[in-house]
Amino acid sequence: MTAVLFFIAAIAALAGAVGVVALRNPFYSVLSLVCHLIALAALFLLLRAEFVAAAQVVVYAGAVMVLYVFVVAYVGGQDDPLHRPGGALKVLAPLFGVAVAIELCIAMLGTALKGISSDGAPYVVGFGTPAHIGTLFLTTYLFAFEVASLLLLVAAVGAVMLARRRRGLEPEEEVAPPIVPRAAFTGTMAEAAGFRAGAGTTTEPHTQTEPVGSQTTPPPPTPNTAGVGSTSDKSEGGW
Amino acid sequence: MAIGWYLTVSALIFCIGAVGVIIRPNPLVILLCLELMLNAANLALVAFSRMWGHEDGQIFALIVMVVAACEVTVGLGLIVAIYRRRLPINVDELNELHG
Repeated sequence: MTAVLFFIAAIAALAGAVGVVALRNPFYSVLSLVCHLIALAALFLLLRAEFVAAAQVVVYAGAVMVLYVFVVAYVGGQDDPLHRPGGALKVLAPLFGVAVAIELCIAMLGTALKGISSDGAPYVVGFGTPAHIGTLFLTTYLFAFEVASLLLLVAAVGAVMLARRRRGLEPEEEVAPPIVPRAAFTGTMAEAAGFRAGAGTTTEPHTQTEPVGSQTTPPPPTPNTAGVGSTSDKSEGGW
Repeated sequence: MAIGWYLTVSALIFCIGAVGVIIRPNPLVILLCLELMLNAANLALVAFSRMWGHEDGQIFALIVMVVAACEVTVGLGLIVAIYRRRLPINVDELNELHG
């Protein structure tokens, strides 16, 4: 029974891996990787790593793949050529892959480790359960645990910095309307409250080209109105 | 099943991922193939953890998963930035630092 499950999962994992490389459309590659990850989670279960299998399905096949699908849909999943135009890589890369595979198999199966040909250590109750993993994470591997959390924080900040829209590096798509200071007492909250409605109803922040009170001396923008204008300018797009 | 079978599957997945990194021109697919290689390493780690009967290899696999998630986040951010600048999504044409 274990052998049957192993071969089903292994063949599914290998087929998924081949599909990632061989499919032309990046979208299908992502879906193929999802199949591969789920088959790999089954292999983890066969190895009695319950928590790793659950994390694989939830984190990888769930969250990371959703991120991939979003980016593929954003960039556009057009078919692209399988191979690069240069002809040498097309021949050399599979040769390289086969050579590395043979070398790895020789290195791993040819070791003198007796456990390689056995079914593994005798099973202890609770092996690979979240309780054991959590105990190890909070005692022996506490430093690695904390460093992982810091790494995730750095990656999140870095991704936001990379993907946001920057001024001056790319052509402007839409020109933001000029920001003019509002007349006094005509902020959005004042309009909502009906405070000096006669002066406030005609002031739209973006369509207005000249302040209402331009005949008189334009009052200096209060911090409230300046904040509204600047946030509506800077917060466009960007995710 | 003997542990050697799992290691063989891991080696094959790793090599498929390596070939994909070499031959595919699309950086999105290159990231996917990097995921394949990291997962092959994870499978070997979990297999060795089963072989010795210690859970340390599973801890290592979970940390590798965290690192892979970080790599995906930054890599996809780079791809989105490349796309925003109207540059081709192709590693052969993106061969200058000052794009």
